[in-house]
Amino acid sequence: MSMLLSLGILGTCALLSWPLGRYLTAVMEPPKQARGIQRLFETTIFRVTGSAAAAEQNWKSYAVSMLTFNGVMFGLSWMVLTVQALLPLNPDQKTALEPSLVFNTVSSFVSNTNLQHYSGEASLSYFSQLFAMMWLQFVSAATGLAVLAALARGLSGRTMLGNFYRDVLRATFGILLPASLVVATLLLIGGIPMTFKGAAVAQTLEGIEQVIARGPVAAFVAIKQLGTNGGGFFGPNSTHPMENPGYFTNVIECMSILLIPMACVWMFGFMTRRVRHAAVVFAVMALMLAVNVGAALYLESAPTAALEGLPVSQQHGNLEGKELRFGTGAGPLWAALTTATSNGSVDSMHDSLNPLTGLVPMIGMWLNVIFGGVGVGMINMFLYIIAGVFICGMMVGRTPEYLTRKVETREMKLALLAILVHPLFILGGAAIFAATPWGAGTVNNPGPHGFSEILYEFSSASADNGSGFEGLGDNTIPWNTATALVMLLSRFIPIILPLAIAGSLAAKKATPENTGTLRTDTPLFGFVILGSVVFAGALLFLPVAVLGPIAEHLAGVIR
Amino acid sequence: MSVLETMKLRRRHTRRASLFERDLVFAALKQSVVMLNPVTMFRNPVMFVTEAGAFLSTLSLFHDLARGTGNTGYTLAVVIVLWLTVLFANFAEALAEARGKAQAESLRMTRQSTQARRLVNGKEQRVSSDDLRQGDEVIVSAGELIPSDGEIIQGVATVDESAITGESAPVVREAGGDRSGVTGGTRVLTDTIVVRISVSPGESFLDRMIGLVEGAVRQKTPNEIALTVTLAGFTLAFLMVTVSLWPIGRYFDADLPVPTLVALLVCLIPTTIGALLAAIGIAGMDRALSANILAKSGKAVELAGDIDTLLLDKTGTITIGNREATTYHPLPGVDRDRLVEAAMWASFGDATPEGRSIVTLGEKTLGDRAPVEVPSATMIPFSAQTRLSGINLPDGKQYRKGAADAICDLAKGNGHAIPGQIKATVDDVARGGSTPIVVAEDSQILGVVSLSDVLKPGIQDRFKRLRAMGLRVVMVTGDNPLTAAAIAREAGVDDYIAEAKPEDKLAYIRKEQRQGRLVAMMGDGTNDAPALAQADIGVAMNAGTQAAKEAGNMVDLDSDPTKLIEVIEIGKQLLMTRGALTTFSIANDLAKYFAIVPAMFMLALPQLSALNIMGLPSPQNAILSALIFNAIIIPILIPIAIKGVRYRPSGADALLRRNLLIYGLGGVIAPFAGIKLIGVLLGAVGVL
Amino acid sequence: MFRKLMTWTMTELLPSVRIALGTILICCVVYPAIIWGLGQGLTPRTADGSLIYGNDGRIIGAERIAQAFTRPEYFWPRPSAADYNAAGAAGSNLSPANPRLRALAEQRIAAYTPASEELVPADLVTASGSGLDPHITVEAALFQLPRVANARGLNEAELRATVERHAGENGGDLINVLLLNLELDGAAVPE
Repeated sequence: MSMLLSLGILGTCALLSWPLGRYLTAVMEPPKQARGIQRLFETTIFRVTGSAAAAEQNWKSYAVSMLTFNGVMFGLSWMVLTVQALLPLNPDQKTALEPSLVFNTVSSFVSNTNLQHYSGEASLSYFSQLFAMMWLQFVSAATGLAVLAALARGLSGRTMLGNFYRDVLRATFGILLPASLVVATLLLIGGIPMTFKGAAVAQTLEGIEQVIARGPVAAFVAIKQLGTNGGGFFGPNSTHPMENPGYFTNVIECMSILLIPMACVWMFGFMTRRVRHAAVVFAVMALMLAVNVGAALYLESAPTAALEGLPVSQQHGNLEGKELRFGTGAGPLWAALTTATSNGSVDSMHDSLNPLTGLVPMIGMWLNVIFGGVGVGMINMFLYIIAGVFICGMMVGRTPEYLTRKVETREMKLALLAILVHPLFILGGAAIFAATPWGAGTVNNPGPHGFSEILYEFSSASADNGSGFEGLGDNTIPWNTATALVMLLSRFIPIILPLAIAGSLAAKKATPENTGTLRTDTPLFGFVILGSVVFAGALLFLPVAVLGPIAEHLAGVIR
Repeated sequence: MSVLETMKLRRRHTRRASLFERDLVFAALKQSVVMLNPVTMFRNPVMFVTEAGAFLSTLSLFHDLARGTGNTGYTLAVVIVLWLTVLFANFAEALAEARGKAQAESLRMTRQSTQARRLVNGKEQRVSSDDLRQGDEVIVSAGELIPSDGEIIQGVATVDESAITGESAPVVREAGGDRSGVTGGTRVLTDTIVVRISVSPGESFLDRMIGLVEGAVRQKTPNEIALTVTLAGFTLAFLMVTVSLWPIGRYFDADLPVPTLVALLVCLIPTTIGALLAAIGIAGMDRALSANILAKSGKAVELAGDIDTLLLDKTGTITIGNREATTYHPLPGVDRDRLVEAAMWASFGDATPEGRSIVTLGEKTLGDRAPVEVPSATMIPFSAQTRLSGINLPDGKQYRKGAADAICDLAKGNGHAIPGQIKATVDDVARGGSTPIVVAEDSQILGVVSLSDVLKPGIQDRFKRLRAMGLRVVMVTGDNPLTAAAIAREAGVDDYIAEAKPEDKLAYIRKEQRQGRLVAMMGDGTNDAPALAQADIGVAMNAGTQAAKEAGNMVDLDSDPTKLIEVIEIGKQLLMTRGALTTFSIANDLAKYFAIVPAMFMLALPQLSALNIMGLPSPQNAILSALIFNAIIIPILIPIAIKGVRYRPSGADALLRRNLLIYGLGGVIAPFAGIKLIGVLLGAVGVL
Repeated sequence: MFRKLMTWTMTELLPSVRIALGTILICCVVYPAIIWGLGQGLTPRTADGSLIYGNDGRIIGAERIAQAFTRPEYFWPRPSAADYNAAGAAGSNLSPANPRLRALAEQRIAAYTPASEELVPADLVTASGSGLDPHITVEAALFQLPRVANARGLNEAELRATVERHAGENGGDLINVLLLNLELDGAAVPE
């Protein structure tokens, strides 16, 4: 049943992603002679941005604009969070956040991570939720789309990668906003609240006072899911009945996780005019996703070890941390999807997943290329493709080439640097925090699982994912500072370096392809990508996987 | 046996010597200790890290010994294997270099300084060959060694070039034209020539060749640099993995000993390819040299694998040097045998290969009835004015053969009618790519003999293979477009340049390069120099002019035009060997993880013994087995590094599939078996 | 240096701020306003949080938010790691290997004092992710049925009928505890 539903969701998303990919391409790369509404759209964009959007940018100035705009995002939202007590739309009188938490939160949302060391309903005013968090959810996702478009232009041989400001507006208004309007409406129909009234105070049937948090949730959740943001309106994210009230909303939210990341692959294909190549990449990603989903579903259908031998009937599998209304399998499915893409929302508590199921989301984040974040997932995959092409390209007896351009020292240097950022932060971070009270003193669970919590947190931060083994007491100054830095660096380094690679490739002469060229649109090439990704993931993270989830699984309940 | 022959034998010997010949191995072993110097190791990041790890482990061993703590037996074993790993790597490089040096040594013997007869103002002067400068002119007579590289400016001679080419057949070198280049160290067999020296001492081909094979001027090639960077990246990644395990171990109350961590690190970093990388590059040059190709840099050999377009001269490369008579076209009413006979008569006096081929064909056709040469006949040789040749027999018969218009003029001049048929036949033959030779008896036209190009045997297959590799083959010929097209079709080339002038070649190369293709060509003449320089790979024939040799980036000592194909294959094999061994090296890591990681944490997390799928008896055994496997795989793979992975010309996908299967999948599986085997052996000898 | 900074301010920083303000206007004002309007028009009740009002107009709870029930005459919801705090929802985040989870489960089982051989449905032993899961399985309701019937002096079969009438959501497998308890108390159940 849950397997069937999962297949249905994956299949529907895959089908929808094709036309959506065409749409994305049309928006990000409008025809020169745009007409009708598109022409209106483009001219409006020019009017808003003025001359800044007119110039074509090389990779360097594109990166400068991207960083400047993200800096402004950072600054403005920091201001909002610090002075939220003075701002309107604050019916529940929320006060300022502690500085390291502000740093963490702002970094988290600017980097499209949405790691939340705060709890939405406890700490943020409606103004902060909308004008800081939700705004960042739009523009950080738009940044990802813009950069992917730039990369695609570079790889099709243009040294001028477009204009960042134009791209970010196209992505925001042309893609994310319309999609959010549609999804938010569906969520409204599914019963998600959208109100500016403060928390309701109820007198329960047993006469206890219950404060019921609510807010403008529907608008928020739509972009949270679509933009691979994942930051919940409420603390427990999409497990919360106000954020995900039922089966229907759960399916909609699930699909919203996948749609744009999937479409991004097609957009890359259309823009580089390598649709068959994109199809191979898509197939590889889809295969990895299917494996992750299948593994999670299978592993989580096993009863939890915690209740072994107790007089409990466990026909629904492990129910700790799960909501009944989504049905069995919804938790592991979501866990696989949200970490394959760098979404990070949850509809069950990952900390309480069976140990090996808990490994699945970590794998998703370690690889970080199974469709991945909006725009950036394909960019990450590009890095692995470069690395794979280099090694395997030699095996066909030619200087390795990617899309007709030679991959040489400079490209490899940049690609490896960008790839290595990820294990450096995960392994280095987990090592430092596991060995010190910073981390070891904040875990919620003993033994290997405590290590898994630390490991998960850094994986999530470095993958710009945002989900967590949330038992971790992570609202501390060391955690806030360390993960904030990790999120920012692991966001921007792997965005800027690929742009540099694209710039460098675009400046090279294209070599016509012949039978001696390694083809990028064959199943064999798919195998090359798959091998590169899986092998890199396995070699980098096998030891920590063994020490965390696998050791936990092998040990059983600690006595 | 002459000195030259001894040298030749010696060179052959070193070329074919088994990989691990004793002298070479001893030299390499000595060198591998010398190379432990960290300053030299630093060029190779992977092995540098390995050496640093070995050093660190040694310190740890002394620390343990001093304090009397730790499992010193195990630590000692780890330290020994670590140092062996470094030594094996050095050995691989040293062995490849030693092989090069051995070749250089035999080359050097030909470079002994000799006496030269320098011409100064028309007078001979005896000087040592070391004192010759560029521009000097020397006289060399039969039996003497040519003192240095140069160009013949006067005379013709047969030269024995076997000292450099290994070919014993003497070659003809003459002043002017494209066969004027001579190489120092070769011997003049007949005649006397005057040679203008074209290089200064220490810069001759031999000197350069020696420098190259000795590795003295070896520079890393672009792909080698990129791969080194990549391997450094991998090393960095595994450094992260290993270093992070120590604090993580603290979380599990596991105190991981330094030698164990180093063992894991060294097992993970790509030591296999790191150790063999230099050897692969040196061996690539070496293989080129074994094919008698002198590459001016390793970069050129590497680039050869990338060639997209191949410019080949028709004559001598695609077709055997000369045209041959193939068919008879008698005019209507003329007996075929009469034409055959007439053609034979007309050719008896013609010593050119074409003329001889007409005689040969006639003999074959007529058998016993074929005419026999008459000594008293008058030969009419070919001249530029008449453009025909033939014979006047004592009985008054006159046979002529020649170009169509020449014979027609002759017939017309003697009052014979020009048969209407003749023009059509001649055109037909020409259209078919052959040369029409018109034959006349007593000024009466009998018919046409067609001379056709004959493809070299097997050339079509060769082109088919080249096409499978993705190469475009372009035929360059002086023939008219009609003829060129016909031969191109027959040989199966992709394109041709007809009526080619040197500047056409240049233009064609530029056109291909504008489209992003890399072009290789071979040339000999001074005319070819610009094209050779423009081409990405320009192979000059050693027999060619100095200008051509300077312009190209390789010289083919055999002057064999089909060498280009070999050059490309050597380039491809070089890259494939690098890719395959890198893949193998990385694929090995999986098994090593399964051996080492459970072993490392066996005390703190006993449940991990479930992951000991190889069933190794103890943690120490597991770690040592993996480490030993990691070390001995280096010498085991030296033959592959030096000989190169097997290369069969085929498309990219087929090559990749094959290599992935052997070196990827094989690389995953082999170490499981290898480590298990070593583990069992260690257990059996009671070490652990 | 200074000139460079000025250029950057003019060509990058100011446009960035302008674009930021533009996107804020559209994404944070216009967009929520549209959705809010749609919500108020299309689904006014759920848009305000599906609150349930008592006969006196006071808020009793929210339809989709679990509230604490400890008295025997009520069906009890799933355990809550957040103690049913609807302004601070949370899961337990205990791992299956954690002995605390097992201890908690043992406590919860004990609270139901199951007869020997009787198995407690897992949803009554495990905490949900939000701590506010409004549902229990039909199985879990039936498991509690004798206690409730006993406390209320109701016929078990009649009560069973009521319970089964409430079975819905997710293939008819789930019971909304609050709504069921409301009906038992005779309060008006929102449609």
